[in-house]
This record gives sequence, C-alpha cells and structure tokens, in this order.
Amino acid sequence: MNFDFTAEQEMIRRTIREFAEEEVAPGALERDRKKEFPLEVFRKLADMGMMGLPFPEKYGGGGADTISFAIVTEELSRACASTGITYSAHISLGGAPLHLFGTEEQKQKFLVPICTGETFGAFGLTEPSAGSDAGGTRTTAVEENGEFVINGNKCFITNASYAKHLALTAVTGEKDGKKEISAIIVPTNSNGFTVINNYEKMGLNASNTTELVLEDVRVPIEHMLGKRGEGFKQFLVTLDGGRIGIGAMAVGIARAAYEKALQYAKERKQFGKSISQFQAIQFKLADMAMKIELARNMVYKAAWLKDQGRPFSKEASMCKLYASEISMEVTDQAVQIHGGYGYMKDYHVERYMRDAKLTEIGEGTSEVQRMVIARLIGC
Amino acid sequence: MNIFVLMKRTFDTEEKITISGGIINEDGAEFIINPYDEYAIEEAIQVRDAHGGEITVISVGNEESEKQVRTALAMGADKAVLINTEDDIENGDQFTTAKILAEYLKDKEVDLILAGNVAIDGGSGQVGPRVAELLNIPYVTTITKLEIDGSNVTVVRDVEGDSEIIETSLPLLVTAQQGLNEPRYPSLPGIMKAKKKPLDELELDDLDLEEEDIEAKTKTIEIYLPPKKEAGKVLEGEIADQVKELVRLLHTEAKVD
Ligand SMILES: Cc1cc2nc3c(=O)[nH]c(=O)nc-3n(C[C@H](O)[C@H](O)[C@H](O)COP(=O)(O)OP(=O)(O)OC[C@H]3O[C@@H](n4cnc5c(N)ncnc54)[C@H](O)[C@@H]3O)c2cc1C
Ligand SMILES: Cc1cc2nc3c(=O)[nH]c(=O)nc-3n(C[C@H](O)[C@H](O)[C@H](O)COP(=O)(O)OP(=O)(O)OC[C@H]3O[C@@H](n4cnc5c(N)ncnc54)[C@H](O)[C@@H]3O)c2cc1C
Repeated sequence: MNFDFTAEQEMIRRTIREFAEEEVAPGALERDRKKEFPLEVFRKLADMGMMGLPFPEKYGGGGADTISFAIVTEELSRACASTGITYSAHISLGGAPLHLFGTEEQKQKFLVPICTGETFGAFGLTEPSAGSDAGGTRTTAVEENGEFVINGNKCFITNASYAKHLALTAVTGEKDGKKEISAIIVPTNSNGFTVINNYEKMGLNASNTTELVLEDVRVPIEHMLGKRGEGFKQFLVTLDGGRIGIGAMAVGIARAAYEKALQYAKERKQFGKSISQFQAIQFKLADMAMKIELARNMVYKAAWLKDQGRPFSKEASMCKLYASEISMEVTDQAVQIHGGYGYMKDYHVERYMRDAKLTEIGEGTSEVQRMVIARLIGC
Repeated sequence: MNIFVLMKRTFDTEEKITISGGIINEDGAEFIINPYDEYAIEEAIQVRDAHGGEITVISVGNEESEKQVRTALAMGADKAVLINTEDDIENGDQFTTAKILAEYLKDKEVDLILAGNVAIDGGSGQVGPRVAELLNIPYVTTITKLEIDGSNVTVVRDVEGDSEIIETSLPLLVTAQQGLNEPRYPSLPGIMKAKKKPLDELELDDLDLEEEDIEAKTKTIEIYLPPKKEAGKVLEGEIADQVKELVRLLHTEAKVD
C-alpha cells in the first residue's frame, strides 16, 4: 500500500494547481454570469500539452495516467467547474472512445486533433426520449451506397459547438428482434448537421451544452467506431472512465466550497467571536473535510484500478455516486456557513452549489449508479 | 552556448510560516523554486532557444531539492546538478553556497550564468555576485532585459525603479529581477520527460572541498517572526486637540525625538 504520488503526478498537481489559481479562477465568476466559454483557458491548456493527457504520445497525447487525469480535473473544477466538465468531457467522452475503439486511421485523423487541442472532444449519446435508458436510442443510421445516412436528435451534448467531429450512437439495424446500436464518427460541419446552443441552465453556465439535429447527414461507412452493433457496450465502457472524471470534478467543487467556508468562518464574527469558534460550525467543517477526503480516496482508487488494467466499473460508479452526493451536501453547507452572503453571487458558494448538482445527473444519475453497483454486488 | 542557472529550493513565503526551537518549521511548509530563480530559468530557456546551446541547472541543497530541480528540467532545462550538502554542512551561509558553486563551475566552459536576484527566504542577494567574483567574470544584478549579440551583451538593470543600460560581454553572470520575463508553466510533455533528463548528484567529496574551506562566515544569533501588526489608533475630537495628541504620542510612544 502506498499513498504517495509519483514524481510526475506530484509535478502535474503543482503545475495545474498554480495554473488553475492564476489563470482559471480569476474569471470564473464573470464567465458564469456572462455564460462565456473559457476558450482562452483551453488555448493555454493546449499549449501546456494537457488536452491529450492520458493518450499515447504517438497521437500527440501526454502519456500520463488516469490518476493524473483525476488530479487535473479536480484542480480545474476547484477553480471553475465549467472548465472542469469541459476538460473531463473532452478527454473521457471525446478522446477515450476513439482511443479505445478507433482504427489506426481513425486515431490519426480524429484523436490527434483532440490531443493537440485543435478541436474539442464530445460524445452524443443522450436523446430527448433516451436518457438513463440510453438503449432507447431513436437516431437511425441507414446504409446507402457505402455511406450512413443519419437522422435523429441528441440533447444535452457537452462541447459540441467547439467540436469538429464527435462520436454518436445510432440504430444501424435489428438483430433477433433487438435494436442494433453502433457508434459513428460524424464531422459537425456535415450537411444536415445542426448544433443548437440554446439551453438556459441552472449551473455550469460557462460550459457548452447543446442539442444536435441530424437530417440526412451522410458519412462514409469507414466512420463506424468499433464493431457494428457494439455501440451500447462501448458507451458503457466509455462511461466507466467518464465517471472517474465526474467524481474528480465533484471533489474539486466540494473542495472549493469547503475552503471558502473555512476561511469565511474564521473571519466572520457574530456574538463577539469568529463563527468558527461555535461547535455547530466546527462540526459542519469537520464533516466537509472528512467527506472530501473520502470521496477523493475513492476517485483515486478507481483511477488506480483502471491504470492497473483491473476491473474498475463498480469503484467508478461508487466514486461518482459518493463524490457527487457529498459535493451537493458540502456546497449546500458552504452556503449555509456564509449566511445571507452565501446567497449572493460575489461569494462564489452559490455557484458551486448550482454547478455541483450536475454531478448527480450527468454520465448516469445517482439512481443509475446505485443500479450499476447493485448489479455488480450480485443483486 | 553553455548556460548555467543557479537555483535554490525555498519555502513559499506566501504560506504560513511558523518557528519552533529557533528554526523555521519545515513540516507543513510548501517548498518551491525560489521565484527569482524561475525568471533565471525562463531567461535561460529563451536564450538557448534563440542562440542554441545547453542549460545546466545547479542547486546546492539536500535530497528534497530534487523536486525543484526536476521542475526546472520540466520547464525546459537540459540537465541538472544537485550538490547535496545535507551530511556535510550544518550551518552554511552565502559564502558557503557561493564557494561550492564556484568550485563546481571553475573548470567548466561557462558562457552565461543566470541566478535569481535574491532568494526570498534569506534575502541576502549575495550568492550570484560572490560566484562571479570567485570565477573572476563580470556580473550585473537585478536585470530586467538581456540581449546577446555574439559575445556582446546589453543588459537593462533595475535600480530602485529606474533603469540602467549596461554593455558588457560573455562570459557573464546576471541575476534576474521581476519583470525580466513571464516564467512558463512546465508542460505535460516536459513533466513526463523530466525524469529521463540527466541529473548528477554530487557531494562535497566529489568537489575536492573540505568542510573548513566552506565554513560559514556568519553566525545566526536568533530567528523570530516580525511582530504582529497591531490595530491602528483613530484620534478623535477637535482638530487642534488631535494634533496635540498626535505630537504627544509621537514623543511618548513612537519615541521620536
Ligand atoms: C449539463 C449536462 C451535460 C451533459 N452532457 C452530456 C454529453 O456530453 N453527452 C451525452 O450523451 N449526454 C450528456 N448529458 C445527458 C445526461 O447524461 C442525462 O441527462 C442523464 O443521463 C439523465 O438522463 P435524462 O436527463 O433523460 O433523465 P431520465 O433518464 O429521464 O431520468 C429522470 C429521473 O428518473 C430516474 N430514473 C430513470 N430510470 C430509472 C430507473 N430505472 N430506476 C430508478 N430511477 C430511474 C433518474 O435517476 C432521474 O432521477 C448531459 C446532461 C447535462 C445536464
Ligand atoms: C434574500 C435575502 C433577503 C433578506 N431579507 C431581509 C430583510 O428583509 N430584513 C432583514 O433585516 N434581513 C434580511 N435578510 C438577512 C437575513 O435575515 C440574514 O442573512 C440572516 O439572519 C443571517 O445573518 P447573516 O447573513 O449575517 O449570517 P451570520 O449571522 O453571519 O451567520 C453565518 C453562519 O453562522 C451561523 N451562526 C451564527 N451565529 C451562530 C451561533 N451562535 N452558533 C452557531 N452558529 C451560528 C449561522 O447559522 C450561519 O450558518 C435577508 C437575507 C437574504 C439572503
């Protein structure tokens, strides 16, 4: 057993923390207000070689491990959760399926520009009537003269306005009376492809969440990602990795909230004392610190298992479920400790609370995580 | 061009510092590259990228300094030398450090040496100039601009807010002032490569130095934190009375004669 970071992980942690504090945090409040995508932040992250972090160097990636990915996602999310989800989705939803299931040619063509930061990564799974039940996909891809002709709608897709191409799931046929779902890589500038960036969200206002409309979009058959009919299996594998990202993001938001609350409690005087001297406040802060520590340990454990090439689905679900739920609790209590000021945007904590909520929904709701865990413990 | 950077590991003075038993508590302190040395590293990288050559980072320190040395390699330095004095020196000072560095450098082909203007812990600003003296090469301190043309060098030096332009030549030692450049963050590929770059670890024995050659010239009598800032006084009443009260306080409390 060894709880130390490697030299690389430690250096990555220091570098990204400094970067996040100096380059990401200062604009977070404004970007949330203006719903402004952190493009400049990502230009700098691309310069630092962070956009392809876990992917092999031969595709322009950094060759780092999943623990390092969790470290970077946590630090970015602590500074700005919108930046955190953008990064997490870019790597684990955009890049990972190409890396896992793509042919050499597809990787050269589609993974390389993701690693260099030339394009953002995105993944289109959710549809208006297929969310938790992602197998309910209605988007269809019909083969015609060596091409797929794709029709359908996707909703809540992260990063698509900034993606030059993305993988999406579609029904490619029927086998034994069951829908055959495959993943297909689609350039977003294809004829008939519309990306609508029009949601009014509760939080993560600086992140890009979109609807996709596909009307007779044609792509060559070679754009099929992985094996025909394995789209469903593939996205389950993809989401396992993505859950580590959401777990790390939830820890980052919780930590930001806890740190603000601790500092505020020491400074705020009522009844002649700092409110941090009241046991009621101390217990809140103690619980926050404990939950964050536990959540992060679980995130690291899931990441470590993945890096060892061992099964990690259960741990990924557990880390995502636990981290997202404590993130809601911690951000709620951080607002509470701030009293009336916590309700005001300038104090940041209300934003953390709005941003944290997504972590209980995206990449599988808390209920879905419990279903996954229940299945994996043998229910 | 053969470029050397003198780099020190120091605690982060922006974090809380505590003292126990007359020494600064190292537990819980964050350690960093001395910020002025970061400017030196960045400048070295820019000079190398423009003129070619190789950057060697040298640090006198202990085993723990490897982290900061590796960070310098991750930023872009080519190789590093860590002179570990942990087992040999208990109380060194600027003389000690300069002597060790000069001993290492004396038989090297040196074109340019960059150091920080001061280390934010001791704050003496002596190591750079002392090394240059020992090597018998020119030096310019607190520089904010460096231009190299062949062996001619033009330097802008910060003198208490004003600028002084100095022309000199290689070999040369300069110390970096804030404003010289904007140090880069280590890149991820830089971080991943840092472990594979050569890092030589030396001890005093390897340098032919005896402990008495480098014995500190100064003695630390006491280390203490600055007094806590106390709340100011706000005078009240008629202006004339306030002035009288102020003069009285200046005499009695601030002891102004
Ligand atoms: C900001 C944001 C970004 C997103 N980014 C992406 C993206 O990049 N790509 C992508 O494909 N999707 C993305 N999504 C979609 C997200 O993954 C879905 O919203 C999520 O999976 C839930 O699906 P749904 O919204 O259709 O809710 P539903 O599935 O309709 O769920 C509604 C409620 O019912 C519960 N429920 C459903 N089924 C069961 C059951 N069997 N038992 C018990 N309870 C159940 C759910 O837990 C939930 O509480 C994003 C969503 C948001 C909000
Ligand atoms: C939208 C809004 C509308 C409002 N409208 C009005 C209004 O119309 N009129 C008006 O007068 N006020 C109004 N308020 C102010 C509101 O009543 C105060 O914000 C509230 O009483 C809390 O005070 P505070 O913000 O100073 O927090 P603080 O008193 O500083 O409390 C901070 C934290 O410390 C805790 N705390 C404080 N003392 C103790 C203790 N002894 N032991 C344990 N914990 C303690 C609190 O519970 C809280 O968690 C409004 C506030 C908001 C946000």
